[in-house]
Amino acid sequence: MTKKAHVSATINGEPVEFLCENRQSLLEVLRDVLQLTGSKEGCNNGNCGACTVLLDGVPVNSCLVLGVEIEGASITTIEGIAEDNRLHPIQQCFLENAALQCGICTPGFIVGAKALLDRKPNPTEHEIRFELAGNLCRCTGYDKIVRAVQDAAKNLQEASA
Amino acid sequence: MATDTRKEKEAAAASPPSNGSGNGNGAAKPYKVIGTRPIRHDGADKVTGRAVYGNDVQLSGMLHGKIVRSPHAHARIKRIDTSAAEKLPGVHAVATAADLPDLKDKWADLGEGRVNLAHLGANVLAHDKALYKGHAVAAVAAVSPHVAEEAAKLIVVEYEPLPSVTWVLDAMKPDAPLLHPDVHTEDMLGQRVSDKPSNSSKYLLFEAGDLEKGFASADVVIEREFKTASVHQGYIEPHVSTALWNHDGHLTVWTVTQGAFTARQQTAELLRIPISQVTVVPCEIGGGFGGKIPVYLEPVCAILSRKSGRPVKMSMTRAEVFEGTGPTPGSFVRVKLGAKKDGRIVAGHAWLAYDAGAYPGGMIGPGCMCVFSCYDIPNYRVEGYDVVLNKPKTAAYRAPGATQAAFAAEQVVDELAEQLKIDPIELRLKNAVKEGAKRVGWPDYPKIGLIETLEATRNHPHYKAPLTGKNRGRGIAAGFWFNIGMKSSASASVNPDGTVTLVEGSTDIGGTRTSIAMQLAETLGIAAEDVHPQVADTDSVGYTDVTGGSRVTFATGLAAYHVGLDIRRQMAERAATLWECSPEDVTFDDGAFKAPATDKDNNKNKSISFKELAGKLHELGAPVIGRASVDPQGPTNGFGTNIVDVEVDPETGKVTILRYTAIQDAGKAIHPSYVEGQMQGGSVQGIGWALNEEYFFDDQNRMRNASYLDYRMPTALDLPMIDTLIVEVPNPAHPYGVRGVGETPIVCPPAAIANAIYHAIGVRLRELPMSPPKVWAAMRR
Repeated sequence: MTKKAHVSATINGEPVEFLCENRQSLLEVLRDVLQLTGSKEGCNNGNCGACTVLLDGVPVNSCLVLGVEIEGASITTIEGIAEDNRLHPIQQCFLENAALQCGICTPGFIVGAKALLDRKPNPTEHEIRFELAGNLCRCTGYDKIVRAVQDAAKNLQEASA
Repeated sequence: MATDTRKEKEAAAASPPSNGSGNGNGAAKPYKVIGTRPIRHDGADKVTGRAVYGNDVQLSGMLHGKIVRSPHAHARIKRIDTSAAEKLPGVHAVATAADLPDLKDKWADLGEGRVNLAHLGANVLAHDKALYKGHAVAAVAAVSPHVAEEAAKLIVVEYEPLPSVTWVLDAMKPDAPLLHPDVHTEDMLGQRVSDKPSNSSKYLLFEAGDLEKGFASADVVIEREFKTASVHQGYIEPHVSTALWNHDGHLTVWTVTQGAFTARQQTAELLRIPISQVTVVPCEIGGGFGGKIPVYLEPVCAILSRKSGRPVKMSMTRAEVFEGTGPTPGSFVRVKLGAKKDGRIVAGHAWLAYDAGAYPGGMIGPGCMCVFSCYDIPNYRVEGYDVVLNKPKTAAYRAPGATQAAFAAEQVVDELAEQLKIDPIELRLKNAVKEGAKRVGWPDYPKIGLIETLEATRNHPHYKAPLTGKNRGRGIAAGFWFNIGMKSSASASVNPDGTVTLVEGSTDIGGTRTSIAMQLAETLGIAAEDVHPQVADTDSVGYTDVTGGSRVTFATGLAAYHVGLDIRRQMAERAATLWECSPEDVTFDDGAFKAPATDKDNNKNKSISFKELAGKLHELGAPVIGRASVDPQGPTNGFGTNIVDVEVDPETGKVTILRYTAIQDAGKAIHPSYVEGQMQGGSVQGIGWALNEEYFFDDQNRMRNASYLDYRMPTALDLPMIDTLIVEVPNPAHPYGVRGVGETPIVCPPAAIANAIYHAIGVRLRELPMSPPKVWAAMRR
């Protein structure tokens, strides 16, 4: 086995250093090395989106990124979405709309929705469905998730107006 | 306290609500909690990533396990050599079937029928034969998942490949490859009806009336054949378990299961240890839909832990989930219906063959009992076969067996309506079952809501809206699922601030903590937020059956209601102590305990709110803890309908869902958002089953699409909003009128979509999935 790599990155606004094997994915590093278990593994091959994190603001499947690749990068995980002691409006709208049942896909959807609304504050229903098509949910049929994102967009716009 | 009506009558304060609009008794006082939409109690944990799911369990000194699986669909296992794996640095234990006790001819009752433990054990770790690609044959535990994976590759298994079969009708042929030399065809009474061993393990027959006379009296007779492919439950969270076999002999298992108690029993039975030696801690669970009832990893983790002396965690990959865990049966169904000119169905014959996967005991029973469950048919015969073949052992999937049956029956009903020139809803109304109607395999129906649901469908704006455009069509279908009762336990303690801590045993997969807590809150006259529910492990709550059968909000909710009555009775005693009166004089109304005025206290009426009295409990005696266990019998009977508009692309055969409406009798919707969520989620699983999902097998009968990329479930982009309409015909067997709601929603979609496709392009699709290549080919026939 080769020696572990030393990696420096920013995770949820905090400077972090860690050691990881070259073969460990970012998802493994987050969950097993850094104990940030909010990002979930549903397929480990980039098809379900449950492990979605933001890499320099761009949503990625953390199972498809190697831990060693994030040297110098800024990562936002589900643990970094709430602001101080308050839920982010997207999180609040997921709760108010009952947009989760089992909840395993929820972290990925919330991170994905954050990326969408950061870039496009007033998306159409079609844009929401298109942007979140890489996140699978087996419980809800997506209806309440789409509505939660629509509500969050509205609330965020009203707050910034 | 058990459900005991005598005891209830003893205390006036504990009397069932006469104000409930739910049971239809007396003057209706509106509910305060039931029917509202509070935020779920575990919500903050689940939107922040803090909730602890099975894969989030971390124990000191924990090892990681990996399963070795058969690459063949059917093969004799000649030799397993684990020596090279054992020598790999970092490996601590290996396990094979030789580590499991001899389970030959042992049977266990697991709450949903008797199970042959030899089959259950051999599914967990194959003995002499591997019966499907992905069948577990050995396991290894090592210091990291990667080392375990490397070690698994070093385990050498010598196989003798055997001929295999994966289509149900092929497996029934006399010359089909035989899976089990000891399985014969048995009838409903368990009597052998085949001389030789057979892949058909069960033959079911239900009859009423005179079938031949019935068909002879019919003006129109239609007979059709239908096929469905195996689909997977598709929960996003793979199976994962962690076991610690401690040095004192006690086994603790942290796992994702729909039933901690059945997981405990299966694990204990397979390891031949007393259940008191096993504690199962149910973690947050990332979906189940029936597929997380059987154990797969739990006993294997336990063996590896016993051998290594350390906790062992094992998590399946997505491919292992597809290849090694329960899909739903593939099926062949023939349905023949005869009707009079006026639309009355006078005779029905159904012949169903469902595959059970590699071991007997599939979903044929409910399939037979659901095929005609919406209609009052005086003369019927229903025959069913349970068939083993070389696929993973099937597991329940949301209304198991009903969707395949409805796909067949609801299309034949649609054809009858067309031939008789009767509106399809009118035809269904003319034949709809109602209270007192006979049905297949069960006593007559009690009060049910099919007619109300059909009427709501006929009156729905979607049904009345015009649909125009080329290649577009509208379809409807009706569906049924039993919804079971079974056993639930709960307890609750009253806190001095007037809140109540509720402990229950039902794994929460879709917000049931809240729907159960709301029923306790309603009973106590407090807010939903003032009940703090938690799901407990098998040492901390009374026996509770699985989260399945759409039973939790009904049965565990019923337990919570009785917990509330028990608390009210004890609180009334404390109020009586406070007021120095008799507990019988204390009543409970509108969230307050009351007693009539007497001379003793200047004729002042006495009243104290639940909260105030809770604050005085420490002064008034022993703490108040309510408890209940229930075992309600018989199904709660959920009926639903779907209306769907589709557009078919004639160039590609792709079907687009334009508009979708699900209508269902919930009895009483405790938390309407989560009832809607069940209806929407079930509809979309049904849409996936209808249009995309299937197991593809190659010429060696190996599954070739074991990933989410190739096994394509619906995404947000494939769908419109899913409209819902909740019908409420209260269930007389529940104080708040609750029926189960979780499973019925998946029953209608494939049939409704098939009917819509027919009305769009004039071609009947009788095979699932109705994927683009099949639709494209059908349009050119």
